[in-house]
Parts: sequence; structure tokens; C-alpha cells
Amino acid sequence: MTGPTMWTDGNMLASPLHDIFQPDVTAAVAGCRNCGWTGPMAEVRVFDHAPGVVVRCGTCDEVLMRLVRGPGRAWLDMRGLNYLQLPMADQT
Amino acid sequence: MARAAVLGRLSWRTAHLVAVREESASARTLVLDVPDWPGHLPGQHVDVRLTAEDGYQAQRSYSIASATDGSLELTVELLEDGEVSPYLTQVLRPGDPLELRGPIGGWFVWRPGDQTPVQLLGGGSGVVPLMAMVRTRVANGGTTPMRLVYSTRTSGTVLYGDELRRLAERDPTLRVDLVYTRRAPEGWEGPVGRLDAARLATLAWPPADRPACFVCGPTGFVEAVANLLIDQGYAPERIKTERFGPTGS
Amino acid sequence: MSTVSPGFRGRRGRPSANLPPGQYLVEDFPVLSAGPTPRIDLDTWEFTITNETGERQRWSWDDFRALPSEAPTVDIHCVTKWSKLGTDWEGVSLDTLLDGVETSASFALAESYGGYTSNLPLEDLLDGKAWVAFRFGGEDLEPVHGGPARLLVPHLYFWKSAKWLRGIRLLDQDEPGFWESLGYHNYGDPWREQRYWGD
Repeated sequence: MTGPTMWTDGNMLASPLHDIFQPDVTAAVAGCRNCGWTGPMAEVRVFDHAPGVVVRCGTCDEVLMRLVRGPGRAWLDMRGLNYLQLPMADQT
Repeated sequence: MARAAVLGRLSWRTAHLVAVREESASARTLVLDVPDWPGHLPGQHVDVRLTAEDGYQAQRSYSIASATDGSLELTVELLEDGEVSPYLTQVLRPGDPLELRGPIGGWFVWRPGDQTPVQLLGGGSGVVPLMAMVRTRVANGGTTPMRLVYSTRTSGTVLYGDELRRLAERDPTLRVDLVYTRRAPEGWEGPVGRLDAARLATLAWPPADRPACFVCGPTGFVEAVANLLIDQGYAPERIKTERFGPTGS
Repeated sequence: MSTVSPGFRGRRGRPSANLPPGQYLVEDFPVLSAGPTPRIDLDTWEFTITNETGERQRWSWDDFRALPSEAPTVDIHCVTKWSKLGTDWEGVSLDTLLDGVETSASFALAESYGGYTSNLPLEDLLDGKAWVAFRFGGEDLEPVHGGPARLLVPHLYFWKSAKWLRGIRLLDQDEPGFWESLGYHNYGDPWREQRYWGD
């Protein structure tokens, strides 16, 4: 697993984040707090060969989100996001 | 049904292997029977989880190869130093259980009702989710104009070759073009080598048609092709990419 | 209870009495990373130790390689459960690097090129327990494994052994690092299976 690209794209976030977010997060729009990039979560860079999942901005490489799964709990840090816009059903 | 396929809770189910099809020297299609499968959209994937007797687990994601109706099919490429693919392609036998969950992913999907012309660009096993799109279109009696540019190393590494040829012959609104990057078959008169701007221009829908583009394959392929598309003026908001990164083995 | 996959063993050897609880042996050297592999030019590489008053000691690559080095053979244990026994390294002991650094600090924060950090008590860097390693398995340390130089603290889980090391800050107050701030145990002793907060 040598080579310059150790990351895969945000389509791979659907599984680990599905246990936390009901709506599909890959179609959500994310905003990078560091450089201002906005775009679909499917386009971010996901490093998941690690003790946790690290999501980085595809433009500036700064950390957008981190997720750690432990026994019986998970930790989620989203400080690198300005916001996350999630597709939701209309409220009735 | 389609709505349920995108939203909703995911839970692990035990499927059973029904049959295996050899797609190439290193790739196999697993035909699975999944109880209460909710259906899926082409482009979605499943997570597969293997458990050893001592509880050790390994999990990988595989794109769904089949159309939305009928049995669930996954095409798995054997990776030499892989942990899961050797099991799936060489050990798993018809009748054996296989734990999976899905369908997963709401971004890289094609919805059959959509009439926008579709440009599919697949590299290597990146063709798998694109094949699900082709098959779904056929199963739905689709008329959406669709083109597939499929980049692969040699004629020996082509997946679904016969089926793609047959479908394209029957249907003038479906076009399939192969790009051989290393060695072409006997009698091939076209160029050999990676997809470049000039080749893309002869094979793909013109940018002015604003096609919905789906690019899938190894990261290097996706980056290169996505850049080609942007350079040639394809609408960036219509380009969807899925990279098969280091997690797949 | 998950369904057992008949015939599946996975990529590991047998569990061994030498291993901390919950670990299994691997033959290869898995690459784990929280970010892209930084590209570091040896001409601009530097290693810095900063004490709690802000005083700095700096070594260029040439300075660093001129220091006496050691060749420890150690067992390493990753929190993701793989272990490798008898790994061979070459590195400069932290005892050598900290010699001549005035400090009354109790804590250390390792900082990497690329922004990764890990924290540990200063005493866990001393008395032959830690090195700044630049060779592995008889070869220069590869970038994917943390080259040009990484921290090597084998008595703790391997996430503490920060890759692409650029400096160590000595602190009066403990500062949780990259993983320690998101659920991973602040100390990380594999023999007491201290993987997560509260373990």
C-alpha cells in the first residue's frame, strides 16, 4: 500500500456514518472551515486505514471530521466543518 | 421502493451464495440470495463482513453489479495480497453464508426515470457499478441515451465483454467503447494506451449535451478522467466520481 | 452474534503468549495513516525540542545524524490489534536528545509534519524507552512508515510513535494529541489494554 494516494473518496463514508446519521451523508454538502471549499461529501478525502476515520478537505487537506468507534460508543469531531447540509424529507 | 433504497436503517443480513460466474481470470461474480432485500439503485454498494471462528472480523465494500430486480450480484476482483477477496473468489462455495448490509450510498447513483443522457467512464473494476446502471436501464426498457467508455488493460481483463457487446448491438441508444491500455486483441485497429483528450472527444457525448457523467475506478484513473472532462468543458456539477481506494482488498 | 464465514482466517498468525491482550501477530507491516504522506526535504528537515519556557534546541538532518545512535530491537503493538515482534530499528535515543535540555516539565507532546500529534508523560521518553528512529529493517525509514524520522516508543500503543516527527514540546500541563482527544486512551499501555477513554 505504498504510493501517493492513501485515501479514498467520501462515498466510503456512507457505511461508518450511517450508524450515526440517518440520511445518507455522501449526498450532503460540506463546508471547509479552513479554506471555504464547499461541495458534496462524496468528494472529500477519507483516510480510514487508521485507528479512526479521518476526513480531509480535497482542496486544502485540513481535517474536516474525525470518527472513532470504540466498544459501545463512538466519538465524532466535526470542528473542521463550517456546516453540513443533509438531505432530509420535508417536515409534514 | 427507490426511496427506501436510499434512506432507512442498515442492518447486517445473512445472504447465501447461490452461484458463481467467472468473469475473467481474476474476477468472479457472486450471485446471492438475500432474504427481504429492499432493492437498490444502480451505483450503490454493500458492505460484506467475514467472521473467523475466533471472532476476528474483516469488512469490505463491493459495488452491486446487478440491476435493481432479481438476485443481488457482486463482482469481486482477486487481489493477490488481499484479505477478503481471496476468500470470496476462492473459498466461498454455493450454499455458504455471507453477511452483508446495504444498499449503501446515495451520491453515486443513477435513477432510471432520469432522461438526461448518461456518460459512463469506468477503469478496471470501476466498471462494476456502471454495469449495474447499464443493466438497470435495460431491465426498465430504458430509452435514456447512454454511453460507456470502459478502460481496461487487455482483452483478458475485460468484465462482462459478451454481455456488453450483445446489448450494444441490439440497442442503438446504448454505445459501448473499450479502451485497451496495455494490449489490444487480435485484429484491433484502434489505438492502444490510456484514454486521452482526443480519444475522449471521439467517444463521449459532447459537452454541449451536458450529460450526467459517472466516473469510477482506481483513484489515478478517476482523477485523470475527471480532469479531462473538466478541461473539455463538461458541466462539473454533472460529474460524479467514485474512487476505488486502498480499502478494497 | 455474527455468522461465522466457513474457512475464513484473515491475514494473521496464531495468537501468542508473548502478546498483549487482544493482539494478533502479523508478518507484514501495515500502513496506517491519518493523512497524506508528507514529502520532506532533508535540506529543510529539522527536529526541535522546546521546553516549557519556550527555549528551543534545533537539529538539522546533518546535526541529527551526527549524534550517536542505537539499534534497538523491539516489539510493536498497534491499537488496531496487530503486533509485530522483534522489529529492528536504528535511532537516536531521547536520552541523548534531552541531555542538556533544562526542564521541570512532566509532559511531552510529539508533533509531526502534516499536523499529527501524540502526548505522553516525559518520563516515558527517558531511560532507554524511546528513540527518534530513521532506519527500519536495515533500510532508511520509508515515508509511508514515517520517514525521514519518527518517534519510537514501543512500550505504548503504536499511535503514540508519531510519524514524520518534527519536534517535541515539553509541557507543564498535559495536552491530548490527535487520537487522545477523540476517544483513545491518554496513556495507552497495551499490557493493560488501555485503548479507549475509561479503559
